[in-house]
Amino acid sequence: MKYGRREFINSLLGFGGIGGLASIFYPVFQFLIPPEITEAKVSSLKVGRVDEFPANSSKIVRFGRIPVILIRSDRDTFKALAATCTHLDCIVQYNQDRKQIICACHNGVYDLSGNNVSGPPPKPLTVYTVSIIDEQVVISEEKNIV
Amino acid sequence: MSKSIKQRAFVWLDERFDLQPLLKMMDHKRVPIHSHTIWYYMGGVTLFLFLVQVFTGILLLMYYRPGEDSAYESMKFLLTEVKFGWLFRNVHAWSANLMVLFAFIHMFSVIFTKAFVKPRELTWISGFILLLLAMFFGFSGYLLPWNELSFFATKVGTDIMSAIPFIGDAIKTLLRGGEEVTGATLSRFFGFHVAILPLITTLVLGFHLLLIQRQGISETSEFKLLPPEKKRYMSFFPDFILRDGLLWLIINIIVLYLAVFFPWELGLKADSLAPAPMGIKPEWYFMFMFETLKMIPPHVWFIEGETFGILLFGVAALLWLAVPFARIGRKPLVESKWITILGLVTLSYMVVFTIIGYL
Ligand code: HEM
Ligand code: FES
Repeated sequence: MKYGRREFINSLLGFGGIGGLASIFYPVFQFLIPPEITEAKVSSLKVGRVDEFPANSSKIVRFGRIPVILIRSDRDTFKALAATCTHLDCIVQYNQDRKQIICACHNGVYDLSGNNVSGPPPKPLTVYTVSIIDEQVVISEEKNIV
Repeated sequence: MSKSIKQRAFVWLDERFDLQPLLKMMDHKRVPIHSHTIWYYMGGVTLFLFLVQVFTGILLLMYYRPGEDSAYESMKFLLTEVKFGWLFRNVHAWSANLMVLFAFIHMFSVIFTKAFVKPRELTWISGFILLLLAMFFGFSGYLLPWNELSFFATKVGTDIMSAIPFIGDAIKTLLRGGEEVTGATLSRFFGFHVAILPLITTLVLGFHLLLIQRQGISETSEFKLLPPEKKRYMSFFPDFILRDGLLWLIINIIVLYLAVFFPWELGLKADSLAPAPMGIKPEWYFMFMFETLKMIPPHVWFIEGETFGILLFGVAALLWLAVPFARIGRKPLVESKWITILGLVTLSYMVVFTIIGYL
């Protein structure tokens, strides 16, 4: 095969074209990937005084970037669990009558230790430690050892 | 007088642009008359509803402000303060749903009248892409008011994406503009909904219509077999176009009626720390898929149930796309009775699962 002027120009066009497209699409693709947001890592969070939480109630708070549900199921028991359903990402709620955690999206049910009891959730909810320090409720990262 | 102005305008244009080929083309276009002629109008209705979307969408843009702290508020302002704001918002919402509905009707009518066969394979493929685009339009538009229902529907809808093997998580992050559904997701969906999708849809729609223009409307196989003297046609200009116009008017009245008497609720503002409310549902045209995913057991062989489901739908979509090329033995699929059975099974599956989803 002869490689003359015409062929040379053609390959120039071809490579130039591919290179041109790549130089457009590579930055576009990189642009679309959202940058990691570096947030100060939270390892513990004060959420309020003990008497701000009535027995058999719950509150959802933001623990760093993670929504966490704090439950005071009775006078002496505080529990904190990740509030994001392990099924498809909905936010769970505390059901006062059944003393269970439920997810309204597809009727997922967890017990108060975060174990998935029924419905679609495939995994338990992550457990956080609750400690009471100077009458303040504090949530922290370490897994509950109880 | 007016006639002579018209004539003079025509001559003026004709001298410069030679309108004869255009006139000839308009003259030649014709539409077969048979018992299934009604289905020829469905694509046109979809087109009309798309135009309604573009028109009302541009109006909504004058007041809508994307953003976690402004989207919901701007919708509220639009609905309560702006004259006829409620009208354009409700027409946009209703017409969006009807557009998807008519795209489905159009697609199934193409299946049952077998209009997709050679030489219309590319019309079929571009049409299917248009349907997917219409669904993506709906999905992205749903989030824009930033209310509770749409917030959680988007969380669930984008989370399902992560079930796609290998690239699922990347797709989810790309769609959400981050790990979670936040204001960044809203910005992205806004960009999809008002810029990227309209551009792509206009291009694909242009291609779809160009092919139809080039090939003319299909004739059913029974019609083709008729002796020439039994074949009846109407002219495209003006007979078909006028009927089209009348139907568009009727559809327009239906949309207005729905918008006035069945307004869409704005609901409560999305709150990422509030529990999901009862009754989170995807939009009706995703329901059959959603219901199917729910019924698949958590594990099928060694694959996760959701992954299995998503792969199943991916394969089904590709097969559906390939219908014009499919063969059974040595015969094309379309010449066997299986094509009608396939259409009926697909349609009934979608209808039944949608209904189950709402029970
Ligand atoms: C945004 C959505 C769509 C619009 C605006 C649209 C528009 C149209 C119009 C105006 C026609 C000519 C009249 C008619 O036959 O109804 C047509 C024909 C056609 N469309 Fe679509 N369409 C859309 C989606 C689809 C879909 C989802 C499919 C199938 C996957 C499809 C496949 C076809 C085919 C095969 C024809 C040729 C039919 C024939 O020649 O008889 N279209 N479309
Ligand atoms: S997202 Fe919680 S049950 Fe589906």
